[in-house]
Amino acid sequence: MILIQIAMLLGFALILLGLYGALTNRDIIRMIVSFTIADTGVNVVLVSVGYLTGREAPILDTIPVADAAARITDPVPQALVLTAIVIGLGVTALMLAYAYRLFRARGSLDISDYTELKW
Amino acid sequence: MTFLTLMAAVLALATLGAALIALLTRSTVVAVLAAGLVSLFASVLFLILAAPDVAMTEAAIGSGLTTFLFFFVLGRLRREGAKPQGTKMEGSK
Amino acid sequence: MTTRTAIPLVLLALLGTAFFTLFAGYVPDAELNRTAAYYANQTVAETGAQNVVTAIIVTYRGLDTLGEVTVLFLTAAIVGLVLAHSKAPKGRSGSGFLPSGELLTTGTRMLVPVILLFGAYVFVNGHLTPGGGFQGGAIVASGLLLMLLADPAERFSHGLISRIESSAGLTYVILGLLGMILAGGFLDNRILPLGTFGSILSAGAIPLIYILIGLKVGAEFSSILTSLEETEDAE
Repeated sequence: MILIQIAMLLGFALILLGLYGALTNRDIIRMIVSFTIADTGVNVVLVSVGYLTGREAPILDTIPVADAAARITDPVPQALVLTAIVIGLGVTALMLAYAYRLFRARGSLDISDYTELKW
Repeated sequence: MTFLTLMAAVLALATLGAALIALLTRSTVVAVLAAGLVSLFASVLFLILAAPDVAMTEAAIGSGLTTFLFFFVLGRLRREGAKPQGTKMEGSK
Repeated sequence: MTTRTAIPLVLLALLGTAFFTLFAGYVPDAELNRTAAYYANQTVAETGAQNVVTAIIVTYRGLDTLGEVTVLFLTAAIVGLVLAHSKAPKGRSGSGFLPSGELLTTGTRMLVPVILLFGAYVFVNGHLTPGGGFQGGAIVASGLLLMLLADPAERFSHGLISRIESSAGLTYVILGLLGMILAGGFLDNRILPLGTFGSILSAGAIPLIYILIGLKVGAEFSSILTSLEETEDAE
């Protein structure tokens, strides 16, 4: 019970911290670092939602098949998060590649140097 | 059970500390390393939450490969910034 | 200046309130919900895999996984495309790292085969133990990363990487279509016998599909890493 609460609070705190960093930093690389922290936070929240107190990992090597449903945690969020982590790496790589292109074009990574969309 | 809860609490505090370091430090390199540390602590937490598959993925991808992606780009930026063009370098101060 | 610091804080306070409501109203389940209970009860009978997460990723939600590796492939392609026109200036080949020492070079030569073997072990055993194609692919890519670190000037054959990647993807889709013809539906693993529960040659096509996913993911990660690291000399 309390374990779920700790993990969930940590996840929410990481999301908020990451978004705060992404909103306030001026350096694009630092914004991307903050996004990866928020990404980790989302994954922690999802896994903690799937955890059932006192149950074991969804691998049936020591658990008899008959009472699997009573002894394993929810495997669906875990499969979901596995996907999310892999896609997260792809998103980070894309953001870094675009940041590098911006640097090549302007010679700066400070967000206040990019004013085309400012009104 | 209580031991696991205690360990999770310690891990959560360590993760929060690493995240704060990543946000507050002045050096980008330290921020990238601290973000990798956040992922590593989170992967131990996944293990406590009975998700070994996710823990493996997070440790290998989240804290391993992502950190190196950042370092490759920082290395590129540093070399470009060192070009004698008067371009200013914000990426890795 | 004050509005500039105030706006993010207000936004985050709103989001924090939403999170707090979610957190305060959350009651953990005592039992598995119906979908999860179905997976827990039927996985062994229907797929023969020990690892329920693997069974979900490869069989029950196999189409999602196909979509995911496609997204990853697109990411690798776009990263390569974006960086292709930004070759580094002449005479600055290799990465920003200094040439590595004797220790790293020798260590790499000894470690890389072991790392590749471990990656293969992880994705071959995906249906029995924690791990699988994604983790194994990441481990294979980290072996390649070590080679990049040991010799920054080393050039990998993009042709080989993309050939591994595309043939693995093609075989993956063909296996899925075979499932439609020979068994219950797209990516059904029962095109091969389920075998004895718990042995390495069991769970039908799951090990085969996960090996293909591992090769594909490893090739995609390697291509992202090399195109971010490499600074191919202009022309």
